[in-house]
Parts: sequence; structure tokens; C-alpha cells
Amino acid sequence: MVQFVLLLAIGSVLAASQLPTEASAQEPVDNATVEDKTGQMADSVSRVDEAMAKADEALLAGHNGWMLTCTALVLFMTAPGLAMFYGGLVRRKNVLGVIMQCLFLMGLMTVLWALYGYSLAFGGNDEGENPLIGNGQYLFMHEVARSWDAATNTPIEPMEGSIPRLTHMLFQGMFFIITPALICGAFAERMKFSSMILFSILWGTFVYCPLCHWVWDGGILAFGADGAIAGGALDFAGGTVVHISAGVSALLCAVMIGPRKGQGTEDMRPHNLTYTALGAAMLWVGWFGFNAGSELLSDHLTASAFCVTHFAAAAGALAWACYEWITQGKPSVLGVASGAVAGLVCITPAAGFVNPMPALLMGALAGVVCCIACSLKSRLGYDDSLDAFGVHGIGGTLGALLTGLFATRACWDIAEGKPLGLFEGGSVLTGQIAAVGVTWIFSIVGTFILLKIVDATLGLRVSSADEQRGLDLSEHNEEGYILF
Amino acid sequence: MKKIEAIIRHFKLEDVKNALSEHGIAGMTITEVRGFGRQKGHSETYRGTEYAVDFVPKVKVEVAVSDDQLQAAIDTIIKAAQTGQIGDGKIFISELTESIRIRTGETGGEAL
Repeated sequence: MVQFVLLLAIGSVLAASQLPTEASAQEPVDNATVEDKTGQMADSVSRVDEAMAKADEALLAGHNGWMLTCTALVLFMTAPGLAMFYGGLVRRKNVLGVIMQCLFLMGLMTVLWALYGYSLAFGGNDEGENPLIGNGQYLFMHEVARSWDAATNTPIEPMEGSIPRLTHMLFQGMFFIITPALICGAFAERMKFSSMILFSILWGTFVYCPLCHWVWDGGILAFGADGAIAGGALDFAGGTVVHISAGVSALLCAVMIGPRKGQGTEDMRPHNLTYTALGAAMLWVGWFGFNAGSELLSDHLTASAFCVTHFAAAAGALAWACYEWITQGKPSVLGVASGAVAGLVCITPAAGFVNPMPALLMGALAGVVCCIACSLKSRLGYDDSLDAFGVHGIGGTLGALLTGLFATRACWDIAEGKPLGLFEGGSVLTGQIAAVGVTWIFSIVGTFILLKIVDATLGLRVSSADEQRGLDLSEHNEEGYILF
Repeated sequence: MKKIEAIIRHFKLEDVKNALSEHGIAGMTITEVRGFGRQKGHSETYRGTEYAVDFVPKVKVEVAVSDDQLQAAIDTIIKAAQTGQIGDGKIFISELTESIRIRTGETGGEAL
């Protein structure tokens, strides 16, 4: 029966395709006049136009398809990726508290991004007219969403480079979600939920949006922009914008909110490392969208960014685990999971600028350096519960600096033939150092002021009794595990 | 009647259960417990932070037996749960004043 239907379908397609041929065969061919020739030329021109339009459509389909996939991958990083990675690291009485922060931020930051965030980050032109922050160009998705052009009677479909601006807005919006979610690792298990919300709104608006604009929309840190500090920085996928900003702000949060009750005396072991390991694996997968997607289209450099992302994660996982093996006697699951994330953080700014071998080296260095950084925190006396600073702050800073060494024009000839990294004789390292310094200072000052505001209005911490009961019950009236 | 509480190693549970069944002890209750005796705990390290874990996971088997079953049950448990290494566990015996089968209301030895 199925075969019969298929035969019928193939038959009707064949019959349909023969129709135009028969029609053209019936056209008179003996009266070839000048008008006919002109007509034929016009006809072939329109066919070329048609072919080019088809080619453009195919390009758009490829780029847009890839970028929408990447957009979904980056969302996947926040939850389930980060939610599970962080969720497993806390004690069982706080597992929902952490997962809730990630999920809630997916909603909250998206709404802010839609209303004004995208406009503050990417509004205004790239010519250096708005060096500090975007303008109101894209408020409420104006010039982002499709609109109707009455003059030409056609819809307007705003584009950003090779993709619809809607896609660009969505892709960048996922970064706006994950960045404050990363900070949650520092104040996990003790911050008030309402204060976390207020802090994230303020931080997203006054720290993330300007920083994003500085680096990625022709602002004071954008590479090669007029008036950029020390020539600007290379930051392919968010080493400064996402990881240094989140990591350094996380450190300040941990210091200002103070250590968890019972830190150093109570059992603070991760309650479920299986979540954490699987969450890390999800982050690794999602990071392909984060880094390779930051090319904002699909081409050869996308493949390069994808490759170095994977290599750095692999080297980071091995390096952290082996370093533990040598220094502590055993490789740990948490070590291999953290190492992969450290490698990924480190390669993020460099993803579009370095080749595979430097990527292996960068990942390995990040694995060892972040491992040491995390083990120092107890000696330094601050309680960054889930090591948001040790992994993202340190890994991001290391990555930004190493980008200044290893960046090569062979990957992205962004300076029009001039060498980039120190190892190929370039001078971008100065800009990298400057950008790291500016991002550190801006994040510290910004986060300090915002935390003071939150502290004065809502307070930062839950009560001591609530902290003891756990945030799942005290903040959400729920329990993560009901085992009968 | 006596109540036997045996704290044993996880991997010995199946052996103990089978051995007690063979001796006609038809019911038991188990709980996953943590505790310490002579067996030292261990240390765990998470991102460089070390935790001393003193409480070692064990399984607690609770069995109610008649007085004449007691010695056989104790011998059976010891035989099945012993490895000879520190950490094999302990057996505690206590007096049991009553036992009642909820379905029928039977009491004493009838309810075991």
C-alpha cells in the first residue's frame, strides 16, 4: 500500500515537471525579433537575480539555523547545566534554593533583556558614538522585531550581520542569563531569594550591560574602536564580559555576605556529586554554542572556535584531575568536572583567535591554576561556596592574558594583516591587560555599590535560623528530596 | 522474647538475611545507619578542602526472636557477618516485652 502511494506521488511529480517543458516547446521559435532578444536578456538577468536571491536565502538558512541552535545550547548551560553543577555542590537542604536561582534568572533576565537590556548593551552604532553604554534604539524590541513598512507595503526584517537581529538578541540574551547565575555560586546557601533578585536586576543593568557594550558594541574596550583603552581587547565569547565580571563580582559577594554558618566546623560536603558531574558535562556541550556561536554565523572560524573549545575543556579536565592525583594521591570526579569548566572558561576569550595546540596548553594551565586557586580560599578566609571566583574569575583572567600571548591573525585577521599575540610579534597583550584591569575594577566597584544598596533595603542574608533549616524550606516552602 | 540489633557491613546483609531465613527466622527490619566504633573514619577532599568523615555507613538489622531461638540466631549472624577485620559491627540484645501482629491482634510468640 505504502509503495503504491509512493509510486503515485513520484508519478505525479514527474508529470508536473514535464509540463513547463511542453509549454516552452509550443512557443513559436521562427519569429526571433530584436524585442525577443531584449526580452531574453532581461529574462536571464532576472534569472541571475533569482539565483542570487536563492543563494542568499540558503546562506541565511544556514547561519540562522546554526545560531538558533547555539542560542538554545547557551540557555541549556544555565539550566540544566549550571543548575545541576551548582545544585549538586550544596548541602541537600539548599538544593532547590540553587536550582531556583538558575531557573528564576532564566525568566527574570529574559524579561529585562526584552524590555531594555538588549538596547543598553547593543543599542547605538558601532562607530564609537556611544562609548559607555548603548542607547534606547532597541527599547521594547523596537527595530528588533519585524514591523510593517507602509511605503513599500512589505515587512521589515531587521538584520544584524548575517543573521536576523532577533536571533542576535536571543543569543546575547542567553549570556545575560548565565552571567548573574554564575555569581550565585558565591553566595549560595545563605543569600535571601528576594535580595538575589534585586541584586541580579541591578547587576545586569549597571554592570553587565555597560561591560557588554564596551567590549562587543564599539565601546571603550572594543578591539580597534576609536578611543578604546590601550587599543581594546580581544574577547571572542565573553572572557571579560561574562567570566571575569561574574567571577570578580562573586568574590566580592562572598566577602561582603560573609561565610556560611558553620563554615570550617560543619559538614559542608557536596550533597550529590552525580548532579555536579552531569551538570559539568552539560556545560561542556552547551559551551559549543557559547564559543563557536560567538562567531555569529557558520564558517571556517566557527569550526576553529568549536575545536579549541573542545580541546581546552579536555586538557583542563585532565590537568586538574592529574594535578590532584599527584598532590593528593587520587584524581577526583569533582576535579575532572571542575577542570573541564576551568578549561572552557579560559578558552572563552580566545576561542576565535587561537589554534588547537595553544588551546590544549591554555586548558591545561587553567586546570592547574584554578585547582590551586580553589584550594587557597580556605586559607584566605572567604567563603566562595561553589568557587565562582576560583574557576570563573581566575580562569577568565588567565584566559584573557593568555589570549594576548597566543592570539594569531591566522584564525581571525581582525587587525588587517598585523600580528596579534605576543608569540607572533603582536602587541594585543597590552589591551588584554588593560581590559582585565578595567573589568576587575569596574566589577568590584559596581558590585560593592549594588550590594550596599541591597543590604540597606532588603538585607543580604537569611536569618541564622533560616540558614540552619536550609533555603529550600525557609525561602520556598519545599524540600528537594521526599524519600518515603 | 528478645530483640536483636545487629550492626553489620552492607555487603554482608544478603548473607545474614539468607542464613537467618534458613534458621526459620521469618522477618526482619533493616535500616541504613552511620556510626563509629573502633573502625576509624576516612577523609574526603573536595577542591582542596579536606573533611574528616567519622561516621561510617553500616546496615542495622533488627530481629525479634523467642528466647530459645536467641543463641542460634546470634551464632548465625556472627557466622554470616564475620570477615575478621575491624569494622565487622556489633550485636546488641535487649528484652522485648511484647509483640503484636496488627492484622490479627495475636500477641507474644504467635506474633513473631
